[in-house]
Amino acid sequence: MSHYESQVREPLIIGHKTYHDITEDIARPIENKSGKLWWLAFSIALVTFLYGLGCIAYTIGTGIGVWGINRTIGWAWDITNFVWWVGIGHAGTLISAVLLLFRQKWRMSINRSAEAMTIFAVVQAALFPVIHMGRPWVGYWVFPVPNNFGSFWVNFNSPLLWDVFAIATYFSVSVVFWYMGLIPDFAMIRDRAKKPFSKKIYGILSMGWGGKAKHWQRHEELSLVLAGLCTPLVFSVHTIVSFDFATSVIKGWHSTVYPPYFVAGAIFSGFAMVQTLLSVMRKVMHLEDYITRQHIELMNIVIVVTGGMVAVAYLTEFFVGWYSGSRYEDFTYFSPGAAVGPYWWAFWALILCNVLIPGLLWIRKIRRSFFWTFVISIVVNTGMWFERFDIIVINLSRDYLPSGWTMFMPTFVDVGIFIGTNGFFFVLFLLYSRTFPVIAQAELKTILKSSGESYKKHHTEDDHHHEH
Amino acid sequence: MMAYNRCVGTRYCANNCPYKVRRFNWFNYAHNDKFDFNMNDDLGRMVLNPDVVVRSRGVMEKCSFCIQNTQAAILKAKKEGRRVSDEEFKDAVACAAACGTGAMVFGDVNDAESDVTKLSEDKRVYRVIEELGTKPNVFYHVKVKNRTEKQA
Repeated sequence: MSHYESQVREPLIIGHKTYHDITEDIARPIENKSGKLWWLAFSIALVTFLYGLGCIAYTIGTGIGVWGINRTIGWAWDITNFVWWVGIGHAGTLISAVLLLFRQKWRMSINRSAEAMTIFAVVQAALFPVIHMGRPWVGYWVFPVPNNFGSFWVNFNSPLLWDVFAIATYFSVSVVFWYMGLIPDFAMIRDRAKKPFSKKIYGILSMGWGGKAKHWQRHEELSLVLAGLCTPLVFSVHTIVSFDFATSVIKGWHSTVYPPYFVAGAIFSGFAMVQTLLSVMRKVMHLEDYITRQHIELMNIVIVVTGGMVAVAYLTEFFVGWYSGSRYEDFTYFSPGAAVGPYWWAFWALILCNVLIPGLLWIRKIRRSFFWTFVISIVVNTGMWFERFDIIVINLSRDYLPSGWTMFMPTFVDVGIFIGTNGFFFVLFLLYSRTFPVIAQAELKTILKSSGESYKKHHTEDDHHHEH
Repeated sequence: MMAYNRCVGTRYCANNCPYKVRRFNWFNYAHNDKFDFNMNDDLGRMVLNPDVVVRSRGVMEKCSFCIQNTQAAILKAKKEGRRVSDEEFKDAVACAAACGTGAMVFGDVNDAESDVTKLSEDKRVYRVIEELGTKPNVFYHVKVKNRTEKQA
């Protein structure tokens, strides 16, 4: 037995599974035709995506004026959505990389889908820096590429540029890590494939994986190396995104608590999105034996912890704003001015969704309930959208000079693009769920004999025998 | 300082500006029927200054202190091999040149003899939101109240 697991721990694979059962359960959704539910969800997602695409085309064709932003509030839904999507992506990397280094075996049934979520979320996020530009057709100027303008270089002092590097690194490393983990699973599909076309495609994707001991050894080494590379990214990427705000002079933005606050918030919303996706996936794809109450409870604990950090950051902002004695701090997004001002509804939505409702997860029954997990995860993601909206719009609307104070009203284009990115995300995720093994089954098999329900029962009986 | 040619229009600069003096070109205002303000036909466009580039859609702009005019004055003086006189600078900036009461004065603060340098050394000088450390080029004089006391 490669690793010993205490009898006190709940089994991570329930239902008396064998290695073959695991293969069958994970391969079945790929090999069978998809049901009506998949097609319905896909159609809705596709239509939403196309609508969003139309809104984006309208924006690029006509101008940023079709959005609701104005000369005081230069960013609103565009950057709110950008930070929201990047934040969501962080959970997948944490689950795949950080939990690997911490040897948390429970990550194995969730990491594949969580990483897929990360990559598709980063795709959505990457849209916004491009489309929010007034002149996206010269957007490539942000890249430090030698050119004909006397090799005119980019401004390395700008946090927007650090964003470019951070997001590009994050996306590329995540894709490599995800793909590398997929190779043995693609090989599994290739070996079972009956149609020649399927065999060919999965053959190419699995890159000649032979399942030899040497292959596995190299695979594990590479996983550790990539996990080591990805772990700092979990902390650095959202820190860089927070620098967009923290390095400015605007009151409410210029705050040193932003880096840890944003990272905690990103993990908070990311895990919530994983919960949302997995809650639906486990039911629809009959994976209830792999994504168990233990899994959702552990993820809810992470949500409660990071939600607590976010709540502490709110208190810090409030206290330091008051303690500074600066009159300008009376109107920032987390101040008495915000609570009673014209954006009071956005402020209280934040408190409700990010502080109060996730507090329910302290109750064991609720964090072990599939239904409440699903509901609370959606509330958390709504709350985190409001947090970014509050930070951006409330702070900009109540700036230094009252002559500039104004309100922001979204147009149908703002809303359409946001809904479109959700549609795009689900198009990608639904396609993924039908063509990729949604659980890292090769990895999962390594813990079957230590954490599988039937094997754990067997060990208990064995232990009793040994005692006598 | 603003370089229109390099601007990709992220509006980050406007967000950071505590004075909110930066203006964005939200739409194409020239050759556009929806904005009928002299920019749609050749006759109307004669209103525009031929020496100043028309900013395209998606570019941020702000007051440049009539940089085209000030640079032209500097170049003219350079070609004639002399210094720029204070009068030339005062006429170069449109708003200061138009001001009949002398409420707005422009000049070279590096020139010890210019009017604007003398005004900047006055005790009444203040800058808006000075504590931010933005060191703006625009300064004001505090209004003198209680004139009888001052005159006495």
